[in-house]
Amino acid sequence: MKMKIWKKAMLILLMLALSLIFVSPILLLLNSSFKELKEIYLDVLALPSHFGIDNYREAFEKLDFVRSFLNSLVITVVSTALIILVSSMAAWVLVRYNTKASKVIFLLFAASMLIPFQCVMLPLVDFMSDLNLMNRPGIVFMYVGFGCSMSIVLYHGFIKNVPLDLEEAATLDGCSMVRLFFGIVFPLLKTITVTVAILNVMWIWNDFLLPNLIINKTGWQTLPLKTYLFFGQFTKRWDLATAGLILCMIPIIIFYISCQRYIVKGVTDGAVKG
Amino acid sequence: MRRKQTGFWLFILPALFAFVLVVLVPAVKGFYYSFTDWNGIGKNAVFVGISNYGKLLSDSRFWNSFLFTFVFAICSVICINAVGFGLAVLVTNKIKGANLARTVFFMPNLIGGILLGFTWQFIFVSIFEAIGKNTGMIWLQGWLSDQKTGFIGMLIVLTWQLAGYMMIIYIAQLESIPESYLEAAKIDGATAFQTFLKIKLPLVAPAFTIGLFLSISDSFKMFDQNLSLTAGGPANSTEMIALNIYNTAFKESKLGQAQAKAVVFLIVVVVISVTQLILSKRKEVEM
Repeated sequence: MKMKIWKKAMLILLMLALSLIFVSPILLLLNSSFKELKEIYLDVLALPSHFGIDNYREAFEKLDFVRSFLNSLVITVVSTALIILVSSMAAWVLVRYNTKASKVIFLLFAASMLIPFQCVMLPLVDFMSDLNLMNRPGIVFMYVGFGCSMSIVLYHGFIKNVPLDLEEAATLDGCSMVRLFFGIVFPLLKTITVTVAILNVMWIWNDFLLPNLIINKTGWQTLPLKTYLFFGQFTKRWDLATAGLILCMIPIIIFYISCQRYIVKGVTDGAVKG
Repeated sequence: MRRKQTGFWLFILPALFAFVLVVLVPAVKGFYYSFTDWNGIGKNAVFVGISNYGKLLSDSRFWNSFLFTFVFAICSVICINAVGFGLAVLVTNKIKGANLARTVFFMPNLIGGILLGFTWQFIFVSIFEAIGKNTGMIWLQGWLSDQKTGFIGMLIVLTWQLAGYMMIIYIAQLESIPESYLEAAKIDGATAFQTFLKIKLPLVAPAFTIGLFLSISDSFKMFDQNLSLTAGGPANSTEMIALNIYNTAFKESKLGQAQAKAVVFLIVVVVISVTQLILSKRKEVEM
């Protein structure tokens, strides 16, 4: 059925206006990021008189961008990979073993999702420094601990609907449990693994408070942490700040554009099944 | 199929190990610390009974931030879901550019709270000020310098960030409505508004359960945006619960006190989330 032309035009116009509102903060940042501080104070709305990238060069240096970026990247990737590994393994046996222990453990994981981070952060810091885990490997371990609950719930929901036939046949053939899982079951979980990966990457990449508590040392800081310190150091230096913010957004926007299909699917599945 | 118990424990152990050490032990310890005078330095926290909870009753800064969080959560849940649902209805129309618009509306969700807060700090403090001066609109000036604009500012930031997320959830539900329902409504002469009210809205109800659950939890637990946009200021008037707990612990070094607040916070979050789930589920059945 066709809509009337004018009605369609109105909707497109509305959508265009809303899109513009949504991107305007970023466009305004971008605009100021090319200006000198003087220009920003004189008229923040005007276009830059010339396109200088000095702000970017300085912000890049002050953010220690390469190192902060790599810290964020390594922590995010390693944590996510480990979460996928341990959660899929755990969820599989939680579904396939219909025992009391299995039910209790699953309930424990699911219920813990409600606990606000503020409830555990102080004893966590205390406990982890006793274990000598206030470092980058330590924070990866903590992400696994915090991340596995939601991931197990997601895997659990998915595995429930995976038919048993294949696994039974393989068991009769004398396939060991480890080979059964990695050779047959895990490849079947590809779609939910993408969802789990996306959700964990989005969370860990942007996380601020845990790195702030655990690895707030020069050379170890992640991008959000470094951005926060950078801002504290250069309040009112909007020329540097705007360039720094844009720099930090670039990796996220590249990630979004290249994986958009998976991200949208991951978010939908994650919300509906979680 | 019979399997060995050792296999079960072998597979569950890595996740359980991390979970117990990172979540369970600190949660139990935290509960204990809320009954002590723990100050973070040294290990000798003395048991003081319920005196931390007693002190909470007279802590007006805590209750102010509690009230602020509560009012904020109500407003932001309404804003986020209304805008998210509106966007979803808009982009599920078969019009040019709808897919691109989806991409744009969802994008802020990927940018973390710290970056978002600072970005909007620039917009409110610098851009709003300039527009206000150029046009003589006084209400655009002095943003984030009082509680009201701080509140609205955070509301805008959180809605900007999460509306696209809710949109994605509502789109999935809207697209699962069978085309035949909409066709039938049209043949019966229903207006677009009637179709919206009588078909789309009720059929999307299950998604509202999820949307409300997620946005309530995000609004209540909001920390990053609060810290980077207003840092709780001016004079702690925009300090939300999570930030209040953080400040009690790290600015005042009263860790036992902070832990008591965290326990109260946990109880509130659990009660609200569970109540909402039960209420929504009941509504769904009725429809």
